[in-house]
Amino acid sequence: MSEHDKDIDTETGVETTGHEWDGIKELNNPLPRWWLWTFYLCILWGVWYVIAYPAWPMIKGATEGYLGYSTRANVEADINAFNDKNADLRAALTEVDLTKLEEDEALSRFAVAGGAAVFRTNCSQCHGSGAAGAKGYPNLLDDDWLWGGTIEEIAYTINHGIRNEIDPDARWTEMPAFGEILEKDQISQVVQHVISLSSTEFDTAMAAEGAVIFDEQCSACHAVDGAGDRAIGAPNLTDAIWLYGGDEQTLTETITYSRFGVMPPWGPRLSQSDVNAVAAYVHQLGGGE
Amino acid sequence: MNTAKPPKLFAAQEPIFPRRVTGFYRTFKWWIMAFTLGIYYLTPWIRWDRGPALPDQAVLIDLANRRFYFFWIEIWPHEFYFVAGLLIMAGLGLFLFTSALGRVWCGYACPQTVWTDLFILVERWIEGDRNARVRLWKSKWDLKKWRLRLTKWAVWLLIAVATGGAWVFYFTDAPTLALDLIAGTAHPIAYSTIAVLTATTFLFGGFMREQVCIYMCPWPRIQGAMMDNETLTVGYREWRGEPRGKKRVEGAGDCIDCMACVNVCPMGIDIREGQQMECITCALCIDACDDVMDKIGKPRGLIDYLALSDEAAEKSGVPPKPVWKHILRPRTILYTSLWSLIGFALVFALFIRADIDLTVEAVRNPTYITMSDGSVRNTYNLRLRNKHGEPRDFLVSISSGEVLRIELEGQPNNHVIVPADSSFIQRVYVTARPQDPAANADTTALRFWVEDVLNGERAHRDNTFNGKGQ
Ligand code: SF4
Ligand code: SF4
Repeated sequence: MSEHDKDIDTETGVETTGHEWDGIKELNNPLPRWWLWTFYLCILWGVWYVIAYPAWPMIKGATEGYLGYSTRANVEADINAFNDKNADLRAALTEVDLTKLEEDEALSRFAVAGGAAVFRTNCSQCHGSGAAGAKGYPNLLDDDWLWGGTIEEIAYTINHGIRNEIDPDARWTEMPAFGEILEKDQISQVVQHVISLSSTEFDTAMAAEGAVIFDEQCSACHAVDGAGDRAIGAPNLTDAIWLYGGDEQTLTETITYSRFGVMPPWGPRLSQSDVNAVAAYVHQLGGGE
Repeated sequence: MNTAKPPKLFAAQEPIFPRRVTGFYRTFKWWIMAFTLGIYYLTPWIRWDRGPALPDQAVLIDLANRRFYFFWIEIWPHEFYFVAGLLIMAGLGLFLFTSALGRVWCGYACPQTVWTDLFILVERWIEGDRNARVRLWKSKWDLKKWRLRLTKWAVWLLIAVATGGAWVFYFTDAPTLALDLIAGTAHPIAYSTIAVLTATTFLFGGFMREQVCIYMCPWPRIQGAMMDNETLTVGYREWRGEPRGKKRVEGAGDCIDCMACVNVCPMGIDIREGQQMECITCALCIDACDDVMDKIGKPRGLIDYLALSDEAAEKSGVPPKPVWKHILRPRTILYTSLWSLIGFALVFALFIRADIDLTVEAVRNPTYITMSDGSVRNTYNLRLRNKHGEPRDFLVSISSGEVLRIELEGQPNNHVIVPADSSFIQRVYVTARPQDPAANADTTALRFWVEDVLNGERAHRDNTFNGKGQ
């Protein structure tokens, strides 16, 4: 810059940057020196940080950093620390007599809270995050249970599952596909009878015929009055709850082709304390017995 | 070609050696310092009995349990609007004071100013007043200089540690923490917090001082927006002082150019050059000059609290506006009304705060379920807060225009015992039988009630019940 290019502000005697906005000029005052040093320190800090912590992205992952810091490892350590902290409660939950769980308030609270987490991770895919189920997947909030709603029955179901080939102790019943046994109009008659068990809108004549067939073919499992049998997982046909649907078309489908709902055994996959926790959680959802 | 060196990009910090001064403003500032530092250091040690279940520290920010205690007031996380309201009031209060009196916050009450003042006081006690300190600064690093410097730094460090130390006492029981700190068994966070605050206090109060105000603090930039011609700030009556000069000649101004005002200034500036961004309006130059004026037998107030609008008036011999006319103007009235509005609202909110606190969250996953007998059930999570120091027995009930039944999960008789000083989430089922209108309606309004069984206090919340008509 040549001498006469310099624009000196008359008020302050300080050189300006030459920038001007609406007559306001920018003074070119020097920055404080500590500011410069702070800047250098920040650069040094940056260099140290790159060496000490994971920084440079590589093709696979990033440089590890001298301190070996890893958020993943931290989370794992946190989880382990949490589990260690609750080791006593988990041990107690593994051993507990489930019928007496409610008497131990602290353990019960621990079980329900932990069970909720296990449920959301492992069970919600079929039963829904709110445990309300879906068509073919039982609603766990109501008071209707296929295999029993006491906490031990629930725990047994979770441990061994339903109609799976993995666990020999799995709960198992099979309804025959009546399409191979009965005529189409016979099935229609049975449908009318089944509807009559819980509703007032049905064909009286057909239902009467259907009652006879029901007595012969269905009552062995579903009982003469249609109330079902929990010991063998035969649904109650007299209540307001339908797993697949209680309308004519769905019932015809169900009777013709039968249904085959499956649940995996969770005993081998979850720890016993987790199984007990989920059982406790499901039991207190509002329908437990 | 020109060989002139380009201007320097970076400048060393100019050392400042504020001289001792006495006078009205200095005395006033000593009192403010004693008051503010006293509050800061002593508050955590005030005890307040809240019963056996609650801490007995009068002011406590209990982050772990998410409670804020302030004497008889206890703030829960869901009442954070009180803190937000106080912060807004603090902001508006600053606006008000700035528009009326310029940078009073900076000059009198800002921690940076108060602690710097304290550090300068220590400096003067150990190294002497301005002239001695200038001499010491210029002298070689001999034994005496080392001794004085090290003593000063040691005392500064002590104050800094006490400052950082006092901070952590606000967050946990002070006497317990004090013993833990000494025994070396306190939480590492306590030590690191103290270390960081010690370092910043030592650095900002001892070495950075005016640099913090000029380069680091954003508040001075914001303050400019609140000041106008009517704002009273520290200024120099240039029309009275000029032409300045040591010689008392005919037509000379009142300023004798003794530099007293410059020598006492902690920001190292000359107020006679007019208002400038460095000036924190600490008013020490007023004291210094008043002293000089007394000595030479001239009226005080050559440097004084002035408004820019007075300048023209005074120059033409008209008396300046009275102070209250400067202060009372639409802007300050607006700030004051906003400030008091929020203040009243907060006090009001504080007094109508219910002792029982109830919130209802309707479970809408699923919206409703059908029971085996055909009845329709909705589920709700009730959050009951017990702000008392002892457990309380609440009775939960509902009221609605339609027939609805209530049932509590795990509580056969609809009573819930909520432990002392805690909140409790209770699941509640509301059921409509198949024949009840609510079962087949779209939605039905209902109201949840909780009642303290002992004193009959009640609270309620409205919600809706979903039927099959949904
Ligand atoms: S000019 Fe006066 S009021 Fe401003 S900072 Fe200096 S001494 Fe304080
Ligand atoms: S203290 Fe007063 S008389 Fe002395 S230089 Fe400053 S303005 Fe002038």
